[in-house]
Amino acid sequence: MKVVRVIPCLDVDKGRVVKGVNFAGLVDAGDPVALAAKYDQQGADELIFLDITASHEERDTTVEMARAVAEQVFIPFTIGGGIRTAGDARRLLRAGADKVSVNSAAVARPELISEIAEEFGSQCCVVAIDAKRTNTPGINSGYEIFVKGGREATGVDAIRWVERAVALGAGEIMVNSIDRDGTREGYDIEMTRAVADAVRVPIIASGGVGGVADLAAGVIDGGATAVLAAGIFHFGEATVADAKKALASAGLTVRPAEAWAATDMGEAR
Amino acid sequence: MTGPLIAVLDYGIGNLHSAKQSLCHVGADARLTADPGLIGDAAAVVLPGVGAFGACMTALHKSGLADIAVAAAADSRPFIGICVGMQLLFEGSEEAPRVPGLGVLPGVVKWLPEAEIRPQMQWNQLKLVPGASSTDPLLTGLEGAWMYFVHSLVAPLTSSVTSVCDYGGPQPATLREGSVWATQFHPEKSAAHGLKLLGNLTKLAMAPRIAS
Repeated sequence: MKVVRVIPCLDVDKGRVVKGVNFAGLVDAGDPVALAAKYDQQGADELIFLDITASHEERDTTVEMARAVAEQVFIPFTIGGGIRTAGDARRLLRAGADKVSVNSAAVARPELISEIAEEFGSQCCVVAIDAKRTNTPGINSGYEIFVKGGREATGVDAIRWVERAVALGAGEIMVNSIDRDGTREGYDIEMTRAVADAVRVPIIASGGVGGVADLAAGVIDGGATAVLAAGIFHFGEATVADAKKALASAGLTVRPAEAWAATDMGEAR
Repeated sequence: MTGPLIAVLDYGIGNLHSAKQSLCHVGADARLTADPGLIGDAAAVVLPGVGAFGACMTALHKSGLADIAVAAAADSRPFIGICVGMQLLFEGSEEAPRVPGLGVLPGVVKWLPEAEIRPQMQWNQLKLVPGASSTDPLLTGLEGAWMYFVHSLVAPLTSSVTSVCDYGGPQPATLREGSVWATQFHPEKSAAHGLKLLGNLTKLAMAPRIAS
């Protein structure tokens, strides 16, 4: 049985959740721990926190945030942003994060992926890619990897990079379309499909969701195993339950949101 | 009132914070520990595990906890292996053919079917073997529960198995052999249903000992 995961993504900037449009014009969306607890209660399958300022401001993602979230959230969560060494990953995982995601730092130094995978296992090493359609010669797939929060082209072919990342030990790939991020036009389905066809690990579709109706295509047409969205959840336009209802009505299997309804569970006293 | 002391074996791997935190949430006095004295005093013992079988066995031996885990599994206290901690209970694993497991349970851990995406990284629904919901106190109230799985290998489907999930066929999700329990999924990451299971474990830790 394949069960699609719904993953709210919380972009964190200086301790606040924000939602950007093409990585610019950030809008404040709330407190990370409070939002995480809310999504946990709504039945989110996982959460992802991305410190979007980490790579260009050379800041480490805070271990304190991982610890605070782990106190309140009993679903898996991933933290990304500013992870450059296995030591950075270790601190976050020991604080309560289940996975770490690496992006720019892995492009700069691919061994980072194998270092994390060898010490902690592939299951906790997510490689996030920010990719953009391009006509640059030498990029045969037509998708190019960008780094530094989507601002800097690398000349690296996104499909070649994903294949290499998985060979190095990436356990999951998060595919983010820079062209679509914040546009509300839906996922870049062709790009997601190109990645899903290239590797056999779980794929998270990301970037461009304008409503819950956009989610199912990421799985059915894009080949992803999980769907990520940010703004539609943060601003209260849709709940995770709405997302699951939309996926189910498209014929996909989800963990029902009502799995969460029993409030008396977990009490041993 | 203080809940029962539950020792979560700390042998230096991955995220153990959540296992401890979630047990505390359901009323246990859970401690991350490698201290033989504290482990000896505990009413129940948890063997967590993430990552690779070989790396976990190496870390378990290095921390001196392998023999302690085997002894705890053999006594009458509730003992539970979680995820790779479930797999470590067997004689070995196809993931690391030359590395012996703890050998608490017979058999060898196998790869999930090749046709499926590995790892299984998703929530999946428990199907209890007939009668398990009434005979296994760990699973009380959990027929059809949804749990979070992350694994590429899986325990052998033996008569000890008390529930399965469907992933390219029925795959062992929980097992019980006397006072030894195990879950392939992460109850500490499985929201309300996972907390329910950990609450059941905490009740077991408070109950009179089971004869093994």
